[in-house]
Amino acid sequence: MAKRYRNAGEITFDVFNYVVLGIIGIAAILPFLFVVAGSFATEAEITKRAVFLIPTTISLDAYRFIFSTDTIVRSIGVSLYVTVIGTAVNLFFTVTMAYPMAKRYLMGRNLILNLVIFTMLFGGGMIPTYLVIRELHLLDTLNALILPGAISAFNLIIVKNFFQELPAEMEEAARIDGCTELGLLWRIVLPLSKPVLATFTLFYAVGHWNNFFSALLYINDPSKWPLQVMLRQIVMLSQSAAGDLSSMDPNFVQPPEQSIKMAVIVVGTLPIMCVYPFLQKHFAKGVMLGSVKG
Amino acid sequence: MKQGAALGAAEVSAGTSFRRSRREQRFRRLKRDKWLYILLSPGLLYFLLFKYVPMWGVLLAFKDYQPFLGFWKSSWVGLEHFRTFFQNPDFFMLLRNTLVLSLYNLVFFFPAPIILALLLNEVRLSFYKRTVQTLIYVPHFISMVIVASISYVFLTTQGGAVNEFLYTVTGRKIDFLANPDWFRPMIILQTIWKECGWGTIIFLAALAGVDVEQYEAAVVDGASRWRQTWHITLPAIRSTIVILLILRMGTILDNGFEQIYLMMNALNREVAEVFDTYVYALGITQGAFSYSTAVGLFKSVIGVVLVLGTNWLAKKSGESGLY
Repeated sequence: MAKRYRNAGEITFDVFNYVVLGIIGIAAILPFLFVVAGSFATEAEITKRAVFLIPTTISLDAYRFIFSTDTIVRSIGVSLYVTVIGTAVNLFFTVTMAYPMAKRYLMGRNLILNLVIFTMLFGGGMIPTYLVIRELHLLDTLNALILPGAISAFNLIIVKNFFQELPAEMEEAARIDGCTELGLLWRIVLPLSKPVLATFTLFYAVGHWNNFFSALLYINDPSKWPLQVMLRQIVMLSQSAAGDLSSMDPNFVQPPEQSIKMAVIVVGTLPIMCVYPFLQKHFAKGVMLGSVKG
Repeated sequence: MKQGAALGAAEVSAGTSFRRSRREQRFRRLKRDKWLYILLSPGLLYFLLFKYVPMWGVLLAFKDYQPFLGFWKSSWVGLEHFRTFFQNPDFFMLLRNTLVLSLYNLVFFFPAPIILALLLNEVRLSFYKRTVQTLIYVPHFISMVIVASISYVFLTTQGGAVNEFLYTVTGRKIDFLANPDWFRPMIILQTIWKECGWGTIIFLAALAGVDVEQYEAAVVDGASRWRQTWHITLPAIRSTIVILLILRMGTILDNGFEQIYLMMNALNREVAEVFDTYVYALGITQGAFSYSTAVGLFKSVIGVVLVLGTNWLAKKSGESGLY
């Protein structure tokens, strides 16, 4: 389609458009690049220039410092645990509920569907939910980060709709061959739904990794803080719990505070960047699934 | 007379047997689908325990909750907490901050993904388009804590890059993080940076559905690129824009707890505090459970009215609506 330039105005527009979009694209990731560069900086460099993309000397001191105690490592462990177990719980609850709800002949189906939709419209809110979590003795347990969000009503309805669209003939055939309901779900429906499940696995997993709100609400014990809470403590509240100078080589000079903070940010962002290619592949599909009406 | 009574009796017995057979039928269906109900139970339990029990817990808003008395024994106070809240000057502060932030969001953030999608749509080199898309989607997946942390690291007056730069150029520093005047622009810029790229997806999908023949016909008729955009591209995404606009109206009281909470501090609180952060501060940190539940309930109820109202409006205006 590159054939139809008819005047200088169109060429000017195209040049302008490509440049502007290029700038926007770079602006989207530039802060990260600065942070990554800054995390390798030394005191001397930081006082010399404020921003840079390529540090003249690469120093790993900030990373050595933040990993000198187990504070960060432990919070990464918490985040990983919540992400892995939490996502498994999400998938289990979502699939087991979506499957029966996809059966049009199921008695009580409409009532349940309306119960679910109503929760998208109205909720008890922060305090009543908090009190329920407290009554269940989930405060200060990692289950408080997993169970209260076990199902997203929105995702549930999308998965239900997807199950509903699957060809009924295959199920009929399997049933005639003596397949049980559970066997049907496990052997026929789930394998057919792999792409959708992959999308929701990623959505749920990113949600868990990035979740700050639940931990703020339900976890007081610093040893159970996920990485997001720890990040805020170190970067925004400037609590230098990140490292311990006394445990290090006496010649070790404490790295500049800015570098330490940037190193913590890099550590917090890295896992997302690692799965980003997969996210890219699946997420747009997920958004489009979401726009299909229930 | 007798005949009538007999007829009536016959009807009654027919009714009961009919009812009985229906009950039997139901029982048979329950039995046939028992595995489906077993599968359903964990999810159903989840919704009852974590969604419906708290919903019933909003009754706290009409009680004077004392932790040592518990939910049942705490006394009823009716609308007392609501009255206190509406008479409190905080109420107007919260309402103002919420509405101003939503308005800023609507004016400065809402059009951004539309413009970006239109620009992307004009790119003919698919490699370039894909690369830009890959870059601009990245911030969506980053947690709010990271976004706030990056803002802190760059904006702080103690060695933050932006302020170091300002200092060398103007000789002065601006305390963006504490200055109330900078709070709203900061929030909007964060939102634009984080969500603008992602927001283009839905418009690009709508644009992908446009029939290429329409453009070809327009070219034959001598339409410029600008006319093509105006007469073909924009009408193609108009209904998407309307729906998203309506959705936004329904959530006008939601400003996003995490972002506000992370960027708020004692110095900018007067422009930063919104309903959710207020509920958190009073309920969780100060333990005023009943009062904060009342504030939360007020916000939820207005929210429901707004969502249903805007949905009704959407249907009225010929769009399909959401419910």
